[in-house]
Amino acid sequence: MSGESSAGGPRSYDVLIVGAGQAGVQTAMSLRQGGFSGSIAIVDAENELPYERPPLSKAYLRGDAEVGEFRFRSADYWTKNSIDLISGMTVESVDVEAHEVLTGVGLRIGYSHLVWAAGGRARRLTVPGADLSGVFSLRNHADAERLRGSLVGARNAVIIGGGYIGLEAAAALVQRGVSVTVIEVQERLLARVTCAAVSDFYSDLHRASGTTVLLSSGVEQILGEHDHVAGVQLSDGQILPADLVIVGVGLIPNVEPLAAAGVVCSNGVEVDGDCRTSVPHIFAVGDCANYKSPFAGGIRVRLESVPNAVEHGKAVASAILSTPNEGMTPPWFWSHQFDTRLQTVGLQAGHDEAILRGEPGQSKFSVIYLRGGRVVALDCINSIADFAQGKLLVAQGTPATAEELADTSIQLKSLTTKVP
Amino acid sequence: MTQITYVSVDDTEHTVNATDGESLMRAALQNDVPGIVGECGGELTCGTCHIYVSNEWSDRVAPQSEGERELLSMMDDVRPESRLACQIRVHPDMHGFTSRISDHQ
Ligand SMILES: Cc1cc2nc3c(=O)[nH]c(=O)nc-3n(C[C@H](O)[C@H](O)[C@H](O)COP(=O)(O)OP(=O)(O)OC[C@H]3O[C@@H](n4cnc5c(N)ncnc54)[C@H](O)[C@@H]3O)c2cc1C
Ligand code: FES
Repeated sequence: MSGESSAGGPRSYDVLIVGAGQAGVQTAMSLRQGGFSGSIAIVDAENELPYERPPLSKAYLRGDAEVGEFRFRSADYWTKNSIDLISGMTVESVDVEAHEVLTGVGLRIGYSHLVWAAGGRARRLTVPGADLSGVFSLRNHADAERLRGSLVGARNAVIIGGGYIGLEAAAALVQRGVSVTVIEVQERLLARVTCAAVSDFYSDLHRASGTTVLLSSGVEQILGEHDHVAGVQLSDGQILPADLVIVGVGLIPNVEPLAAAGVVCSNGVEVDGDCRTSVPHIFAVGDCANYKSPFAGGIRVRLESVPNAVEHGKAVASAILSTPNEGMTPPWFWSHQFDTRLQTVGLQAGHDEAILRGEPGQSKFSVIYLRGGRVVALDCINSIADFAQGKLLVAQGTPATAEELADTSIQLKSLTTKVP
Repeated sequence: MTQITYVSVDDTEHTVNATDGESLMRAALQNDVPGIVGECGGELTCGTCHIYVSNEWSDRVAPQSEGERELLSMMDDVRPESRLACQIRVHPDMHGFTSRISDHQ
């Protein structure tokens, strides 16, 4: 692997991919699977074989898995498939006229097609103390390794931000015997991505495990002792002791080099259904790309999920190979905290009705979101049947009534055959 | 290490040495067996690790959970011998284990 693979080889590729994460890797794999015989390289800032990110906040942080267990492919795969991994190099600028990228060490790499798959970086806090040692974000393997290392002997952790990654980290830390406080500035957890019933369920779940969940709470500063974090001061003056702090307050898409090259960006790179940007021969995929989703009523969305990255990678491969795009399926996502599995399908933003199906008190329920009387999304908690069947309802935009959706004696799949 | 064979849709056999304790899905990915995708990383969400396990072997592996059955029941090409490879952990009694990879991942 790594940088030397390109030494002496071409300094120009038919397809050059920037970012060896989920979307970039999928692009390369789908190209080879589709019979693409041109040259392919993936440049990545990180210096290691590509891996999946979801386990970092789950099994890896708990200490139940090592990164070697969740690499996308074996080390041999890349050479066998003639995919050059150029690792440990950051692309700093793109010259659209010359069809070249320039890396931080001054290496120029040419392309016929450029696929921008650079993901995003963790948003940082701007409060005093945000740079102290012991303050972590969780975006890549190196972050997770440092964070996991700091758990040895740690007693108190403060997690700033009650999104999925923060909550998964909270669960993992509790399972490792660390006492955790989650601080969320909104009045409920997961406020951006789900409804109140699901948010409340998660507050209860974490509180039941001993975690303190503080809602509508802002952070004033992070306190240090000898340059290492010692506590967190809230806006109301309260001070929480902390041996470590995890900041999980969102992601900033990595688009600056593309934007500087004149590619149209707005909360990510704007792309069409084939992931083409505004500049010919440049595609953008995954967490850093936004597109008009038929599942959001045609408005632009930028999703941060594995299935989204996979779908984008396949779409670009089809565009380059001139084969038909498989088309978009409803977005889906999962999260795993303690023994609780959440599975979502569709996009709930903009819904006008949310129907509860099942009993949150029994830790098994779903929320079904409607827009204009049609199913647009589901959040399923420990309800795999609802998730598996609900996908069809979202794909078809099935019309359904609140009564039938709430009735757990009716299987969701039986509603799909109904004529509107 | 336990010897495991995956048979592709085109009847090609892929025999790998799997690490005990890892899932049949991970063993396939780590050995570049084509046809098993494992998009959700074993979270019982994607169904892209669908295999068929014949009767002679099905008794030697842990039975389906309710969740696995629920996900499988909605999949194309589901059969009585369908399993999700991410839900089966490799153990030494499985030496020689053979399964077929479903076409629809
Ligand atoms: C801890 C964690 C848990 C998650 N859990 C889930 C989950 O349970 N389910 C789910 O669906 N999704 C989950 N996600 C989200 C999912 O992992 C991402 O949506 C997915 O990885 C996005 O793929 P990507 O290729 O767009 O970006 P990434 O996977 O982030 O890859 C981007 C790559 O680009 C590289 N890069 C960036 N800039 C440059 C540059 N200028 N030059 C060279 N290389 C560069 C980076 O080093 C990185 O390797 C999780 C993410 C994290 C961090
Ligand atoms: S890997 Fe997703 S269900 Fe098996």
